[in-house]
Amino acid sequence: MKIEVNTHEKNILRLAEEHPELVVLSADLGTSCEVKKFRAMYPDRYFTMGIAEQNMTSWAAGLAREGYRPFIHTFAVFEYRRVLDQVEMSVAYPNLPVVFVGFVPGITTPGGVSHQSINDVAVMRSVPNMAIFDVGDATDIDYILDMAYDYNGPVYIRQLRKEVPRLFPADEPVIFNRARVLSEGDDVVILSSSICTEEAMRATAVLKERGISVSHMHVTTLKPFSDPTIVDAIAKAKYGVVTIENHLDIGGLGSATADLMAEHGLGKRLIKIGLKGYAHGASKMYLMEKYGINAMNLVKAVEELTGRDLNIGKDDLEEVRFVDFLEV
Amino acid sequence: MDKKIYSKEEIQAIANSIRKQILGIALKSGGCYLAQACSSAEIVASLYTNVMNLGPSEGLWEPIPFPGVPGPDNMDYPKGMMYNGAPAPDKDRFFVSCCHYASVIYCALAATGRISPDCMDKFNVDGWNMEMIGAEHSPGFENTAGSLGQTISIAGGTAHARKRRGDTGKCFVMLGDGELQEGQTWECIQAASHYKLDNLIIVIDANGQQVEGKIEDQMTEEPLIERFKSFGAECVSVDGHDIDAFCNAFKTPHKDKPLVVIGRTLGYTGIKPLEKRWPFLHFVRISADEREEYQKIYDEM
Ligand SMILES: Cc1ncc(C[n+]2csc(CCOP(=O)(O)OP(=O)(O)O)c2C)c(N)n1
Ligand SMILES: [Mg+2]
Repeated sequence: MKIEVNTHEKNILRLAEEHPELVVLSADLGTSCEVKKFRAMYPDRYFTMGIAEQNMTSWAAGLAREGYRPFIHTFAVFEYRRVLDQVEMSVAYPNLPVVFVGFVPGITTPGGVSHQSINDVAVMRSVPNMAIFDVGDATDIDYILDMAYDYNGPVYIRQLRKEVPRLFPADEPVIFNRARVLSEGDDVVILSSSICTEEAMRATAVLKERGISVSHMHVTTLKPFSDPTIVDAIAKAKYGVVTIENHLDIGGLGSATADLMAEHGLGKRLIKIGLKGYAHGASKMYLMEKYGINAMNLVKAVEELTGRDLNIGKDDLEEVRFVDFLEV
Repeated sequence: MDKKIYSKEEIQAIANSIRKQILGIALKSGGCYLAQACSSAEIVASLYTNVMNLGPSEGLWEPIPFPGVPGPDNMDYPKGMMYNGAPAPDKDRFFVSCCHYASVIYCALAATGRISPDCMDKFNVDGWNMEMIGAEHSPGFENTAGSLGQTISIAGGTAHARKRRGDTGKCFVMLGDGELQEGQTWECIQAASHYKLDNLIIVIDANGQQVEGKIEDQMTEEPLIERFKSFGAECVSVDGHDIDAFCNAFKTPHKDKPLVVIGRTLGYTGIKPLEKRWPFLHFVRISADEREEYQKIYDEM
């Protein structure tokens, strides 16, 4: 698997060249969010707003009202928690095209509970007009900014930084509100997002070897969430559905899937893998294992749904790729 | 028991030990919040000795595994604040807002005999309570401080409660200069002056830097003294590396007003080679070819 580096940096520079009205705002975390080069290349289109996220959010609204295209860059957690009222009244209600590029989503930060955006999808899903994209690999990163730029309203992106694997072919674009089909099958449906897709791919490889027919889809667009391919796959699934996400098991991909199943009258079992509550500060790999957001737990969920003991151990799952941040 | 008065030399020795331990961590792990140790060592050492009136540590001597997230079934876990002594009406309380200074606080606790001198062995180790960013369970921390700009208000509310109750102890809160940009900081000063909270003492490590570089290149904050005063606080600014001047600053009269003490510091104090990187010192990495230079400084400390 190829590991790509600073993919966001390249893409934001490309987009900036194409769109002169694109501006970047940051609250003292630009260097941690791959826009250091942007600042150097476009100093007059980079607005340092100080460590003052609330002001920055409404400020972006003012810029957007005047025709600029603000791309806010800071940690995901600082784009929804303390700024929710500003997000809703300054940006979402007037449906302004402000893009919130949120870095180190979920438990991908070593910064502890204050830095972990564990309920951002839940919160942002409840904000009218807001679209939500959750990035899982370098190809997602390559296409996501254009998708956000083209969306007619505010967008919240859960972005990955620095070393990111390329899981999907670079020439197969992300399609808005369409999941990426990674494998087709009719025993179980696995829906994964963010860093969990890499985990799920490790699990599905072994599950298929053991004779389980797996439909695996990677979800980039979390809102809207009405892809008919997902509905069809779930309708066909003999045993049920498993979702796995870098987020609380309430309000995110799992809950969106539950809504979709209920709305289409698909009465099947659903196992939601995600955090059960607040986490704490430690490395990403440690936290994924501790809270069960990993390939092993996914295998267990499939065993539970199918009622089969698949006899899969840790050693059967492909080596874990270890990329962790030293720095918050 | 009378409070021990430390000599300037003793306080300096504590400050030096903080710097040395954190340089040791940077050498071991390849990077850490080293500049914060360099800028705040004298401030934190002075606070923990002559400035604050704290009871003896009631915290566990050795670090412990992460004791779990607070919740209905987990409210009695060991609290980080107990390392600053059990709360008592006449004792001071200490709130750390600059969450990323956690390692500095742990080292200060160790250097003042409040936690095991070996505690840093568990610093930033997966599954332990000595996290890189402090929270309720982290030694020396009253609250989860990682979202900048909130702790000052928690200290404000605590000071308000204590004043109503008639406590004579004060509430100290330590901030970095970057978070002065948060609107909440100023909302707190406004409220603290409205409620005449002369028991709230705000200490700032003004090292002139934040993540992206120099403070004034990100968002101008000066003139700080005038700003604090116009919001209703008393405010003094001193050299944060001058132990006598810093300790004396707390004697400034501030009747019916919160007191703000600004310590002007530099993030390379005591570790000269860092100077050439200033102001990009928020997270200091030591590369393989710099190791020798820094190792030598460490050995000579
Ligand atoms: C609300 C919030 N915004 C952003 C951050 C990320 N952050 C952590 S430390 C820091 C810089 C704080 O400034 P300062 O303490 O002056 O930095 P230093 O002197 O340590 O370089 C930032 C922006 C945060 N923790 N909380
Ligand atoms: Mg600073």
